[in-house]
Amino acid sequence: MRPKKAKKIVFNSAEDMPTMICSVGSQTHNLTGAWRNIRPEMDRTKCIKCGMCWKFCPEPAIEVVGEWPVVDYDYCKGCGICAEECPAKCIAMVEERR
Amino acid sequence: MKKVIMGNHALSYGAMLSRAQVISAYPITPQTQVVELLSEMCADGTLNAQFIKVESEHSAMASCIGASAAGARAFTATSSQGLALMHEMLHWAGGGRHPIVMGEVNRSMAPGWSIWADQNDSLSQRDTGWMQFYCASNQEVLDTVIQAFKVAETLMLPAMVILDAFALSHTYEVVDVPDQALVDKFLPPFKPAIKLDPADPRAFGGLTGSEHYMELRYKLEKDMEKAPALIEETGREYEKLFGRRLGLIDPYRCEDADFVFVTSGTAGYTARVAVDELRASGVKAGNLRMKLFRPFPFQAVREVLAKVKKAAVVDRNCSYGAGGIFYQEVKSAVYGWPGMPPILGYVTGLGGRDITTDSFKEIAAHAAARDRADEEIVWIGVKK
Repeated sequence: MRPKKAKKIVFNSAEDMPTMICSVGSQTHNLTGAWRNIRPEMDRTKCIKCGMCWKFCPEPAIEVVGEWPVVDYDYCKGCGICAEECPAKCIAMVEERR
Repeated sequence: MKKVIMGNHALSYGAMLSRAQVISAYPITPQTQVVELLSEMCADGTLNAQFIKVESEHSAMASCIGASAAGARAFTATSSQGLALMHEMLHWAGGGRHPIVMGEVNRSMAPGWSIWADQNDSLSQRDTGWMQFYCASNQEVLDTVIQAFKVAETLMLPAMVILDAFALSHTYEVVDVPDQALVDKFLPPFKPAIKLDPADPRAFGGLTGSEHYMELRYKLEKDMEKAPALIEETGREYEKLFGRRLGLIDPYRCEDADFVFVTSGTAGYTARVAVDELRASGVKAGNLRMKLFRPFPFQAVREVLAKVKKAAVVDRNCSYGAGGIFYQEVKSAVYGWPGMPPILGYVTGLGGRDITTDSFKEIAAHAAARDRADEEIVWIGVKK
């Protein structure tokens, strides 16, 4: 499971920064789901729980919770690979409205 | 113990004595024997290291970066097209501050397909955040690998140890292979302050916004600038233990010279013979062999050139449209400093064409008739 949201790290000078680029700009506050134009929506009446969407998601922004795949919209960029790969065709890509 | 070994094996012995823990490489002529010997050493237990066979040079460098991030001392070697294929990963090693040491055999870039020496392969990688050492003897190759690990791990910067294809890589010379115990005294185990550790998880090289990126690059540049002084210091420390001086430059008969060649690699030793012969014929010549190219040893170069009347930079490389690369850098090192001599540039020896004492005499004669640099690139030994 995703950890709790961390506080954004800001270094005020080069001296404060580590030599190696590690954990700078943590993904816990950089929610890349904001890039999304279309969102996957799953129809559980058609879902066969095969796990293909979970396997193909490159982000990865699909978790299997209990038996069902669940999209993490904080990180899903709306690429549509899950909808393309779903053998039951239960994922629709719907225009994002904000 | 003295051994007669080829330049490539001098790299292997350097990595062995440095107790490299991960070696990942892909074979390419003329580098192949470097990793052949290391793989034999890993197989027979001479060297306690993980040898990773990969499908490309890009992967070789990627696995060295992973190993280094996990706190292991990593070594690889490549040449020419292989180095070019590594290009993206070279930035990851430099920018990510992974102190990997790599043997790099200077081989000209294709096309035309060529396996012979010139420096365009390594010089094309000058802006990747790697230190670059150019060697002229097998002894220097071995000593430089050990020193490079020490400097690299102190500054957290990767380093290339560079030697000419065939002229050094396949040439056998007597090399004093130091005792392991003495090398251990010089080079302690690699213990990075930050490393990949499942008990303390971190992401390396992640997304870095404009509020932090520039400071990280500023730190890299500042650490690069510390390298010349540290190389002098570790060179003196090395001399105390092994009796051989390692430094930034190798001046030969420069103190009272009117005219000096600026050279690098094996041509730097041929130049010494030419200097002696020119001196016998009345020309007060000298030779400044560049050992360190990145970071550029500005001050050391200026100190030598301030005392001479004219310098000719001999480049076994060409930045097409701008001339020899060492030439450009030497010129910029003296620019704006009063009392500096005119610096002239010559391109020769591309694709493994021999650079002989006659080449140097031709350069000396040509330079005698010039008193200022012009933009025309002067080619020596080309069939025009």
